Amino acid sequence: MRGAPLSERFRELGLLAFIVLLCAAFQVRNHNFLTLGNLGDLLTNTAILSILSVGMMMVILTRGIDLSIGSTIALAGMVSSLTVSAHRGIHPLVSIAEGVLVGTLVGALNGLLIARFAVLPIIATLGLMNVVRGATYLISGGAWVSAYQMSDGFKAIATGRFLGVRHPILIALVINLAFVYFIEHTRTGRQIYAVGSNPEAADVSGIPRRRIVALVYTLMGALAGLGGVIWAAKFASAQSDTAVGFELSVIAATVLGGVSIAGGSGKPSGLVLGTILLGILNNALPLIKVSPFWQQAIQGGVILAAVLTNVLVKRNNQLFALRTRAI
Amino acid sequence: MERTIAIDRPWSWRSFFLQWEWLLVLIFVAVHVVNSVLSPDYLTVDTFLETPMSFLDKAFLVLPMTMVIILGNIDISVGSIVALSAVVMAVAFHAGLPMPLAMLLCLLVASACGLVNGLLMTSFKELSSVIVTLATMIIFRGIAYVILEDQASGQFPIWYSALGWESFGGVPIILIAFAACAVLFTLLLHKTSFGRRIYGMGNNLTASRYSGVRTDSIILIVSTLTGLMAGVTALFLTSRMGSTRPNVAQGYELEVIAMVVLGGVSTSGGKGRMAGPLLAVFIIGFLNYGLGLVNIPAQVLLIILGLLLVLSVLVLKVRFRERAVRGSGSLPVEKVAARGPEDAAQ
Amino acid sequence: MQKLFTRGALLGLSLAIAAPAVAHAASGDKYAIVFKNTGNPYGDRQMGGFKAGIEEQGFQAILRAPDQPTAEAQIQILEQLISQKVKAICIVGNDRDALQPVLTKAKKQGIKVFSLDSGVNPASRLTHVNQADSEKIGRTLVEAAYDMAGGSGEIAILSATSQATNQNLWIEFMKKELAKPKFANLKLVKIAYGDDLRDKSVSEAEGLLQSYPNLKVIIAPTTVGIAAAGKVLTDKGLGGKVFLTGLGLPSEMATYIENGVCPYMFLWNPIDVGYLGAYVATALTSGKITGAVGQKFKAGRLGEYTITKAPDGGTEVLLGPPFKFDKSNIADWKAVY
Repeated sequence: MRGAPLSERFRELGLLAFIVLLCAAFQVRNHNFLTLGNLGDLLTNTAILSILSVGMMMVILTRGIDLSIGSTIALAGMVSSLTVSAHRGIHPLVSIAEGVLVGTLVGALNGLLIARFAVLPIIATLGLMNVVRGATYLISGGAWVSAYQMSDGFKAIATGRFLGVRHPILIALVINLAFVYFIEHTRTGRQIYAVGSNPEAADVSGIPRRRIVALVYTLMGALAGLGGVIWAAKFASAQSDTAVGFELSVIAATVLGGVSIAGGSGKPSGLVLGTILLGILNNALPLIKVSPFWQQAIQGGVILAAVLTNVLVKRNNQLFALRTRAI
Repeated sequence: MERTIAIDRPWSWRSFFLQWEWLLVLIFVAVHVVNSVLSPDYLTVDTFLETPMSFLDKAFLVLPMTMVIILGNIDISVGSIVALSAVVMAVAFHAGLPMPLAMLLCLLVASACGLVNGLLMTSFKELSSVIVTLATMIIFRGIAYVILEDQASGQFPIWYSALGWESFGGVPIILIAFAACAVLFTLLLHKTSFGRRIYGMGNNLTASRYSGVRTDSIILIVSTLTGLMAGVTALFLTSRMGSTRPNVAQGYELEVIAMVVLGGVSTSGGKGRMAGPLLAVFIIGFLNYGLGLVNIPAQVLLIILGLLLVLSVLVLKVRFRERAVRGSGSLPVEKVAARGPEDAAQ
Repeated sequence: MQKLFTRGALLGLSLAIAAPAVAHAASGDKYAIVFKNTGNPYGDRQMGGFKAGIEEQGFQAILRAPDQPTAEAQIQILEQLISQKVKAICIVGNDRDALQPVLTKAKKQGIKVFSLDSGVNPASRLTHVNQADSEKIGRTLVEAAYDMAGGSGEIAILSATSQATNQNLWIEFMKKELAKPKFANLKLVKIAYGDDLRDKSVSEAEGLLQSYPNLKVIIAPTTVGIAAAGKVLTDKGLGGKVFLTGLGLPSEMATYIENGVCPYMFLWNPIDVGYLGAYVATALTSGKITGAVGQKFKAGRLGEYTITKAPDGGTEVLLGPPFKFDKSNIADWKAVY
């Protein structure tokens, strides 16, 4: 047969090509786009999105969804900021641990409702989204935590560098690598795919379906908690309305990367691409000299185009595979 | 979902009243009891007639959304369709189009948006409704921003505000309109073969398709109806506000979905009745109003609504399992099967 | 069994709500203030000042705010206040025009309506309490930019949402000021909108720096925007090269004023604004004033005020000139608000 189209060996090629085209277009409009400084900003801003989309991918793989992560980010950020402002000498790692703990608790609660009580994910997380947001208001008393109340160590969680790379980028990198290993090379990771792909079959095969479902929501919560601390440190501010609506961006990044909402399929490589695409959109649109009122329309158009491109490429794959009897 | 066929289920007063909708009636009454305890002059005819004016605008969306969710889909672009159609209407009116025609244009644009959703979903079946409506949610509102930028557009004819603020024969116009639409949609869902097919598709899309049901047409019709109702919402909302902007109706989609889900419609599809969401609309509306009368802070209200949503579903689950075990035989197979697709969907 | 469970849960819930509400059943005339959203310390201070002023006069104050800064949510709150038959409503509007129908309904029922801080259109209100002269704010900010830029250079504005009434008014006056010959060498290159969202404001600020490498000053007349820009400039080590000014909360900006990124900025005391509003409310209700130009009234510890003509055709009451925060006084104010 003729050489298999590249798309067969690299399913996310459609998305990658799209990203390359987009970058080229932006660079033409503003020569400062592909500079080290700007790319550094881009990656730092996308780091939080990336950390959260790792969690969301696991949740969506099991045919679930989590709408409460925005509220979890706010709560974790608020709790760790309040602690730091009251005890200035706390080590930043303790703050991170605190945020992760808060997030884990919320995630575990989601997991309990969804796995043990069989509440539908959209309802459980929708309900918790409101409850956690309300709790954030109540805990903070509506007050904000400002930059001067945070220790330098805390703020350095987001602004510090290690070996020249900013912390958030490093953290996101580590999380993504750990995720790739976990989801592709460990038994639990593969079981996540199984649970989403065919829950009844998973049940019958002895896979601890409920435990896996509880696990993914707990992990999602933990990652959201981590993201919350980084968020508070990055913006040097904790507010009760932080990250309202952020869950939609995370879901968009995940689904953009080819993770199917029906569960059971999606690759980490696609996830990274989807996240980067969204990060590029958020970064580049202010740079091109286009009216700010066009920003949203362009963003939506790009997402739609990217998703359709992915679909058309997949169809091309399947057609090719059918013709060459590969399936 | 119950695997027993309706005709086999033994009817009893007990099973009749244990239905989710009766529970909602109970909650509805409880809400009014609580409200009247909190506010002495709550229980007046005025309260019941006038209060709905402030929350019924998004209730129009609950009607088609019920169908969408029974189908097993979801639509998060409704808020943006409201915004876009309202903006188009305002701009058209100021460009010289007579107001009644501008209102018609609003409905047309909204229906067209719904149709776009439907076309995308049927042409690209690999895409879930979530991602399609996520993209269109952003695009539609984006177009509204391109048209009106940061301006507000108002100054409508005086009679236009009557839509959202006045009554006819003592009954608010918006309540009359909603009642009419509610009756239409209930008949459509429960008394036509169209409605039956929606349930069938929600239960098993593939089987429906192979059985000859025109699934594509049905999805297109439901999507367009959703758009149309968003247009109706836009008409009333704009009348309530006397003006419109590109950022109106933000967050409507989640509120509407919450109302439908509280109404007992399962998001895994194929189950639920129109009566539930209709009750849920009034429950949430009156609860909001009543608690606001005693100035409960917004954040406490958030928590209460969140808890209400989760608690109600927990109760539904608990009661549903019990009924499934009692209603059908004692075979363990039945018990497992009766857990239904919601469980399987984990 | 299940019914019992539900009934029990509902009863518990309702008792939890009813208890504090019934305990609070106070008497006396009620005056309400509706802010833009909850979780905003600036708004909390404003409402606190209003409450202090009302209670000082022996009445009961109701403080409300929606959890999302939308007009739709404020309409619902206003309906509830109308039902509670409050004497006066002080509205900090999320939208200039969208509240007109519901405020008209309030006025028809004899409730005195006036706006504060973020105004509503003249047809919806009797008068408006403005923290400072809008034109003066515009002038002061442009003068500050001129000073920081050393007389010439590129400047940019980082605003909040594109429809915020007060933002657009100040920007309009800034542009008018920039047209004067004194500022001929100052070039306004862009107006960016951060939507009062922390992350978007940061993106926009970074975008400004990337697109305009010769930028000298950023004017951010919004508390979230100026704090975000302050963080960005600090992180990039641009203090001394790019300067920042605008309207900001002392608590949020303390770090950036102390490190020099923002030499000075302006605001006013929101507590005083609310307090003034309280006295406007009672003066309107007692008939002492009707909101027309030239009328005078006494506002407790703040002294006597006169109603003046507002730029939008209605009337307003001005609190006073904007207050300047810089290194010398920021330490005193950062803990206040």
